[in-house]
Amino acid sequence: MLIPSLIDGLLLGFVYGIAAMGLSLIWGVMDVINLSHGPIIALGMFGIYLAFNGLGMNPYLTLLLVMAGGLLLGIVIYGVAVQRVIDAPHLSTLLATFAVNMIIIGIGTAVFTTSPRNVDFSLGSISLGNVSLTWTRILAAVAAGGVTALLYLFLHRTQPGKAIRAVTDNRAAAELMGIPTNWILALSFGLGTMLAAVSGGLIATFFPFTILAGGSYEVKSFVICVLGGLGNPLGALIGGLLLGALEGVIPVLGSLPGIPNIETSWVPVVEFVLFVLILLVRPQGLLGSES
Amino acid sequence: MKQLRHPGLWLALALTAAFALWPALASNKAYTREIAFTILRAVTFASSLNILLGYTGYVSFGHIVFYGLGGYVGFYLLDEHNVHLAVAVLAGGLASGLLAFLLGRAILRLRGAYFALATIGVNEAMRAFIKNIDLFGGPTGMTLNFRVYQSYGGPDQALWTTYLSVAALSLVVVLVSFLVKSSRFGLGLMAIRENEDAAEVMGVVAPSTKTWAYVLSAFFPGMLGVLFFFKNGNIEPGDAFVLHQSIEGIVMVMLGGQGTVLGPVLGAAAYQRLRGLLLVSPLFKNIQLAVAGVLLLVIVLFVPAGVVGWLRGRFAILRRVLE
Repeated sequence: MLIPSLIDGLLLGFVYGIAAMGLSLIWGVMDVINLSHGPIIALGMFGIYLAFNGLGMNPYLTLLLVMAGGLLLGIVIYGVAVQRVIDAPHLSTLLATFAVNMIIIGIGTAVFTTSPRNVDFSLGSISLGNVSLTWTRILAAVAAGGVTALLYLFLHRTQPGKAIRAVTDNRAAAELMGIPTNWILALSFGLGTMLAAVSGGLIATFFPFTILAGGSYEVKSFVICVLGGLGNPLGALIGGLLLGALEGVIPVLGSLPGIPNIETSWVPVVEFVLFVLILLVRPQGLLGSES
Repeated sequence: MKQLRHPGLWLALALTAAFALWPALASNKAYTREIAFTILRAVTFASSLNILLGYTGYVSFGHIVFYGLGGYVGFYLLDEHNVHLAVAVLAGGLASGLLAFLLGRAILRLRGAYFALATIGVNEAMRAFIKNIDLFGGPTGMTLNFRVYQSYGGPDQALWTTYLSVAALSLVVVLVSFLVKSSRFGLGLMAIRENEDAAEVMGVVAPSTKTWAYVLSAFFPGMLGVLFFFKNGNIEPGDAFVLHQSIEGIVMVMLGGQGTVLGPVLGAAAYQRLRGLLLVSPLFKNIQLAVAGVLLLVIVLFVPAGVVGWLRGRFAILRRVLE
């Protein structure tokens, strides 16, 4: 019972991880908590849904389109809603991104309604010993891992990536070194929303969803960011794996001798209590460095 | 009590009272009462939130947790123990105040966005927790026995009683909001808002001052929750802890003008009326949320001080009248 649940949770954790990575990247670079994160995850889900159910396209190829769309959407959101208030108090950016959230959800509900959808796509499953895993979950984890690796290479090996890290460190100094910080901020926001959209697309291949489904993944992303340290994109992946493992393991702990059964409905209580506790004790995150 | 003669207080109170008296003057009393109820509920919630958000500068994204918790505690007492509505309302307020007091010491240490995130976490944790508590009906919640309304003169009379209670509560909140602002305590809060470290150097005991502001801003939503769910007749976790309503509260405060007494009253009324109009308009009813979003974005980007703040900044003479 325990091992399959743990593996299942870890696979899901990769996908949670890249959703949180998007949130974390934006926070790290510009100190903005992107409250439009959830609806963008939902848009990623609908991107896959429309391409698969409408045009019969392969979900994994569509993912590239979803990535491009997410990147562009992020740059637009930055230009319209964030740029003007980037140096204002936190309340302004929280509310500006929340306004974007309301606009997307408002239009999305009108267009797609809130009835549940699913992408009827299956690749079967494989059995390893007594553990059975579906291919969609495995591929999602592989894709999430690949995206993480690409992001890492981008941030450390390319000119724009290095510029993003410079702006994260010290925006004023980066500006003085001739880095066009406004473009770099727009690019970072775009990358953040791109990661959200991709994670949504991957989730759509194995879970049913509605236009409102992004909300719960957004809140999970907060928890993960806090676990991994806000503003630390790679920490987010580890935080995601941790949360995925917790979600997989907590409900089946009762099957072990000597441990009382914990119902699935208690999992969010554990998550959020953990979240608030970590914020209090180590606001830089479990893996964040002292600063 | 010289400050009680300030025209700003009487303007805010008069506006609130005007909403409260509206049903008495209208031809369709029950219909108007429902509209006025929504407005007064919003005024109460926004004005309480303003004590923390506007005066102290701490963004509570999950403020609705106090409304939900108060509602649950009061509802439980009404339903299971047959206590009087007034007692239940007080108990709901005290429960929320107590939660704020306990939380305050802990999470008010966090600043800026970390505090905002923690309040979201508290709301989600509370909803998930209540869902698992059988005493409070678990995920399906509780439904009030219809007989309870008989002791308040039947359902129709009970609706009016609730309405008048919410009207009275909104007037009290506006008065408290003004008294806080013109007191030494309020000055401490505003000093914390401007610069917490400097305020502490100047002798403001920031931790306890912030905590009491938090308690005060949680107490009234707790009472409000009991009244609302008494009128509603049932309560469930999905209705009591709606994160969205929290943020609507912030929108109302921002729209009217954060840190002012009149602002939340004006903002709450304007937002609720706008929402009502959008919901019944054939063109906008499907995208009312998107329209509200555009409105919020425009306020945040272009008029961050809100209507009252903008008027005060633009016309010097109004600074003596608007508070």
